Amino acid sequence: MSSLATLSQRAVTRPGRILALLVSACFLCLHAPLHAQEDEYITVVSWGGSYARSSVEAFHKRFTAETGINIRLEEYSGGLAQIRAQVETGNVIWDVVDMEAGDTILGCDEGLLVENDYRSLPPAPDGTPATEDFIAGYDTDCGVKSVIYGTVVAYDKQKFPARKPTSMADFFDLEKFPGRRGMRRAPNANLEFALVADGVPVDQVYQELSKPGGVDRALKKLGSIKDSIVWWETGAQPPQLLADGEVLMTTAFNGRIFNAVTAEQQSFHILWDGQVLAAGYHVIIQGTSKPELAARFVAFSTSTRSLANLTKYISYSPMRRSAQALVGVHELSGIDVRPHLPNDPRNTRNAVREDPLWWTDYQDEMNEIFFAWLAR
Amino acid sequence: MIIDRNKRRNRLLALLPVLPLLAFIGVTFVAPLGTMLSQSLYDPRVADIMPDTVAALQESWSGEGLPREEIYAAAVRELIRARKNRTVGQLATRLNRQTSGSRSLITRTARKLLQGIKPPYSKSLPLVHSAWGKPDIWRTLRAAGDSVTARYYLNALDLRYDANNDVVAQPESRRIYVSLFIRTLWVSLAITLLCLVIGYPIAYMIAQSPPGRAKFLLMLVLLPFWTSLLVRTTAWIVLLQQQGVVNDVLVWIGFIENDERLTMIHNMAGTLIAMTHILVPFMVLPLYAVMKGIPEVQMQAAHSLGAGWVAAFRKVYLPQTLPGVGAGCLLVFILAIGYYITPALVGGQSGQLISNLIAYHMQSSLNWNLAAALGTILFFAVILLFTLYDRVLGLDRMRLGA
Repeated sequence: MSSLATLSQRAVTRPGRILALLVSACFLCLHAPLHAQEDEYITVVSWGGSYARSSVEAFHKRFTAETGINIRLEEYSGGLAQIRAQVETGNVIWDVVDMEAGDTILGCDEGLLVENDYRSLPPAPDGTPATEDFIAGYDTDCGVKSVIYGTVVAYDKQKFPARKPTSMADFFDLEKFPGRRGMRRAPNANLEFALVADGVPVDQVYQELSKPGGVDRALKKLGSIKDSIVWWETGAQPPQLLADGEVLMTTAFNGRIFNAVTAEQQSFHILWDGQVLAAGYHVIIQGTSKPELAARFVAFSTSTRSLANLTKYISYSPMRRSAQALVGVHELSGIDVRPHLPNDPRNTRNAVREDPLWWTDYQDEMNEIFFAWLAR
Repeated sequence: MIIDRNKRRNRLLALLPVLPLLAFIGVTFVAPLGTMLSQSLYDPRVADIMPDTVAALQESWSGEGLPREEIYAAAVRELIRARKNRTVGQLATRLNRQTSGSRSLITRTARKLLQGIKPPYSKSLPLVHSAWGKPDIWRTLRAAGDSVTARYYLNALDLRYDANNDVVAQPESRRIYVSLFIRTLWVSLAITLLCLVIGYPIAYMIAQSPPGRAKFLLMLVLLPFWTSLLVRTTAWIVLLQQQGVVNDVLVWIGFIENDERLTMIHNMAGTLIAMTHILVPFMVLPLYAVMKGIPEVQMQAAHSLGAGWVAAFRKVYLPQTLPGVGAGCLLVFILAIGYYITPALVGGQSGQLISNLIAYHMQSSLNWNLAAALGTILFFAVILLFTLYDRVLGLDRMRLGA
């Protein structure tokens, strides 16, 4: 500014002085609102890749446009370690986190997350209060349930010119379909898959796992294909493994497969049998310096419009009934999203509903057993 | 007297310049090490959150049948308090490590207790959750109430306390750490040996080269050394994967068929190859430094006295390079034993080392006590090997330079 001032003093000609004034005025105009906006932001943490991109398109941009509050997006891959560190050191950087059920329950019990209140959320467009609009089940004390996603088996149709796999048992059948399999390097969902393939009815999977010998039964089934398994760790890997031909079939999150089909024209196909359905949550971190902004964001991101919008970009099913009624076509490809939702009645004839409470109780023990089994 | 005082003062003054260094070592080395040691033995959470219940159980309960009404009352009181000041999750996490299933038992009970409960609690608490009517959860509480415990060390050695507090082996399905410690040791030894086999001829060649060429060759050794570790590791993924460069070349020259491409990454082979490549400079540099100090005329003298090249090398050259061999091996071995990023990226499952499990317990399972116990065992294993090395070969014979 000082250089501008000397410039205008030195300027002899009128046009020069006017130009200088104009320039400094422009600086002032540009600078003031920018500065005010930068002060108001919240940090939202989500799973990376196509899911985070979909969230940005579906409601982050709209939230900023309507409220003037900016969003800083960060990525993580689940777990509570970072959140615990932030809360315990009193240095909370994350405000809102997109979380899976097990972490939501654990974090809530440990006092790391803010308790929810569905009564404070906006009603459905027709006036139905939020408490009735949200689908029953999947309840936790913290976090607002947002979507249902499925861990499914997927394959590339081109690799199966003749007979195609039709059941979870086929995924475990190396004689019928010789080739490598992709699976997540964690016990979660894999134990369920193995039991379903071994003939356990989908509604008795957790009873079977709780019985003595139940986990061994699952591991024995997994062991029958162990040498053919390629382990993946992040949700973006399985579509890549399929596309590279590294595996013949893989387990994956259904939205990632859907996006590979619609955005990258892959000929992937989801096998809707024995898939594990689970819930995602939007949670507020305890001790955030912006509790009001965070609550405003969660109310916005779990509103009917936002959840319905999300299905324009990724096939995860909204937790609100009013949003499910609004599900339409995919933004990019124009195909009808409804048949691709993990909880569409056509897809749930034989689906496992994840029991997050069983998992919070047995996660540590299952991890130990699973990693010991892997190392053997 | 005065001379003595002056001496002492000078000595203290001489200490001043190293004070920042001492402080630095204290803050970055001694303090974390102490914290780690205490974490591995000391876990007061249960005793802190339920002090009366734990004390009463340890003093006056035999472990058979059910505890007295006062103990039930203390448990109810302390569970409600834990729920109110948000420590119930920590309690549940800690007890769940002892006995799986305790987590939901504790959190559900605490949640329901907030809605009110009437005495006698020995009757009403089992109605909240039937497990309170069985001795198992009380035994868990009593055992977890010990603030100072060896259970994390037992856990790290695939052992555990049974219901009678006797030390027994873990069931086979949960044994993992001992085999990983052994694997870490032999992988580190194998890498050390590989580095020696590859590094010795390289160092010899550089030492024998004329100065200009030696400089160039030394650059070739150092260049990857200056490249980011992650870049080098990912480069190996590109080279070794099934659709990667090495497999492509092998298929192209007809060495293998297209459908029998080798699996060289995401397993033990990947860990060995990538880690050897990354650690070779640590072997070459001390060897080169020692070899530079051996006068060329010695070999010529040996030749003129009638020794062949092999005999001269074995009797004259090799013994003089041993201090460098010792230094290089020790350096590579100690770096390899704690290595963590490379095995995590290219090791797959069979190529994981103990450090990966420590990282897992630090970052994912949040069992910091167990991570500390594993780390302490690793630390003392290294100290032991170091001492052994000193006894057998002598640290004073080790040389990093001429």
